Amino acid sequence: MLISFYMQRALARSCIWAGRKGVIGYEREQNLSLVFFIGSHCVISAVHRCPALLGIYYSFTDWNSYSSEKNFIGLEHFRTILAGDPTYLLFIKNTVLFTLVTSIAKTVLGLFLALLLVSGVKAANLHRMIIFSPQVLSFLIIGLVFKSLLDPNNGFVNVTLRSIGLDVLAQNWLGSLTWAMPSIMAVDTWKGMGYIMVLFIAGLLAIPRDYYEAASIDGAGFGQKLFRITIPMLMPTITIATVLNITYGLRVFDAVYVLTNGGPGNATDVINTAVYSSFAKGYWGLGSALSTILFVIMAIISFFIIRLMNRKVEY
Amino acid sequence: MRLRKRLSSIGLNVLAWLLSLVVLIPFVVIVLNSFKSDAEAKVLKLTLPEKFIFENYKIVYEQGHLGGSFFNSLLHSGASSLLLVFVVAFSAFTLSRNHSKLSKFLYFFLILGITLPLNYIPLMEVMKSMGMINSHVGMILLYTAMGIPISLFITYAFVSNIPKELDEAAIMDGCNGIKLFLRIIVPLLTSVLVTVFVLNFLSVWNEFTAPLYMLNTVEMWPMTLAVYNFFGQFSAQWNLVSADIVLTSLPVLIVFLIGQKYIVGGLTSGAVKG
Repeated sequence: MLISFYMQRALARSCIWAGRKGVIGYEREQNLSLVFFIGSHCVISAVHRCPALLGIYYSFTDWNSYSSEKNFIGLEHFRTILAGDPTYLLFIKNTVLFTLVTSIAKTVLGLFLALLLVSGVKAANLHRMIIFSPQVLSFLIIGLVFKSLLDPNNGFVNVTLRSIGLDVLAQNWLGSLTWAMPSIMAVDTWKGMGYIMVLFIAGLLAIPRDYYEAASIDGAGFGQKLFRITIPMLMPTITIATVLNITYGLRVFDAVYVLTNGGPGNATDVINTAVYSSFAKGYWGLGSALSTILFVIMAIISFFIIRLMNRKVEY
Repeated sequence: MRLRKRLSSIGLNVLAWLLSLVVLIPFVVIVLNSFKSDAEAKVLKLTLPEKFIFENYKIVYEQGHLGGSFFNSLLHSGASSLLLVFVVAFSAFTLSRNHSKLSKFLYFFLILGITLPLNYIPLMEVMKSMGMINSHVGMILLYTAMGIPISLFITYAFVSNIPKELDEAAIMDGCNGIKLFLRIIVPLLTSVLVTVFVLNFLSVWNEFTAPLYMLNTVEMWPMTLAVYNFFGQFSAQWNLVSADIVLTSLPVLIVFLIGQKYIVGGLTSGAVKG
C-alpha cells in the first residue's frame, strides 16, 4: 500500500524534523534518541490510523473478493445501508439500543454496588474482587459460560427454574426473538458492572466525610444525602463511566458474536458483527462503508468527549 | 434504635453476599462440571460430581492445541506489553515535558485511539502489503499500537505530576537527556509502568477480534480462538468444554490476583481525574 507507506514516512520525517528544530524536548542532540521513539511511535500508530482513512475511501468502491478491480461507485453502499435494505437500519438500531440499555444498567448497578460496599459491609474487599473478576476474563470465555448456562434444555438457568417449580419463566434465552437481545444485554451488564463499580468506589472515597456529617446535623435523610451530595460530587466519575460505556457499547462485537452470532435471523446483529459477516462473505466495500458509519458516529462522540475531558469541573 | 442499626447492617451484609453469589455461581457451575463424566454433565446443575474425573483436563489439553496456543498468547501478550512500556515511557516523558503546539497535537492524535474504532477490513490490506499478516511480528506490532492510546493517557497524567524542578536539578548535576530519563524519571514511573504492562497483558490475552481477522492458520492461534474452535467441535460435551474454559481462564485469573492492586489502581487513576 503506497499511500500508507508514504504517510508513515511523512510522519516519521516530520517527527525527526521537529526534533532537529528543538520543538520536542529540552535540547536537540540529546533528545534525538527520544525523537526516534516518537517516530516509531507514529509509525505504529499509523498502522492503526491509516486503515481508517483507507476504509473511508474503500467505502466508496465496489471492492469485493470476486474481482481484483476496485471501481468507484460513489454513495451506492451508503444508499443501500441507510435507505435500501431495512436490515442494515436494524443493525444500527440494535447497536444504539444495546449501548443505551447497558450504559444505564451498568451505571445504576455500579453505583448501587459501590454504595453498598463502602457502607461498612464486612469483607468489602473480597466482594469487590469477586464482582470485578469477570472483567478480567475474555468475553469469549464469559460468552461460552453463559451459552452453556442459558441453554434452553439443559442449561443451569432453566434447570434451576424448573426445579423450583417456575417452569413458566424458563425461556429459550438466546434463541427467541424476544429474549435474545435482553439476554445479551444482561450478560454484558453482568460482566461490566464490576468495572464501573470500582470507578465509583474510587469516586466515593474521594468525597470528604464532613459533608455528610454537616448534612446529618441538618437532619438530612439517606435519600437527600444521595441526591444532594453523593451524586453531584460523583458527576466527574459518572461522566467518565458514561464515556467508557458508550464507546464500549457502540463497538461491541465479541459479546454478540459469541452468544448468538447475530441470530436468531438478524435479530441481534450489531454494526460490528455485520461488518464481520460482510467481510466473511467477501463484500469488503460494503463492510468498509458500515465501518465508516460507525467511525463517523464515534468521531462525533469523541469530539464531545475530548471537550468534556478538558473541561474544568466546578463544585 | 440500636437494634434497627444492627438489623440493617446484617441486611446489607446478606445483600452483598447475594450479589457476590450472582457473580460466583456461574463459575462454580463450570468448575464443578469440568470434573463430571460425560453423562453426568449433560444437565448443568449445581451438584458435586459423583466422582472427580481429572481425565477431562488431559483430553482437553491434547485435543485443543492448548500448548501451542498458550505459547502464542504468551508471546503476543508479553512481547507487545514490553514494547508498549518502552514506547509509552519515552513518549509520555517527551510529550509532557514541553508545551509546544506540535507535542500537544501529537498527544491528542495518539490518544484519539481511545474512542475511535479500528477498521479491520482495510487494516488487513495494510498489513498484507507490509507482509505482516499471519505473522507473530505483525500481531505484536498491532497489539502495541492498539494499546498505546489508553496507556499513554495514563502515563502522561502521571509524568505531568512529577515536578519539573527534579529535571532541572538533575541537569544542573550534569545529567543529559537520556541519563535524566533513565536515572530519575523511570524509577519514579515504575508503578504506573507496571500497571500499563499488566493491563495490556490482560487485554491482549483476551483479544478475540484481531486474531479472528488476522490469523488463519491453527498454529498461530492464541488461546481465545483455540477455545472458540474447541467449543464448536465439542459443544455437546459440556464436561470437556467446561474443563477447557477453566484451563484458559486460570492464567488470567492468576495474573489478576497478583496484579490486583495495580490493575484497580491503574483503572481508577486513568479514569477518575475530575
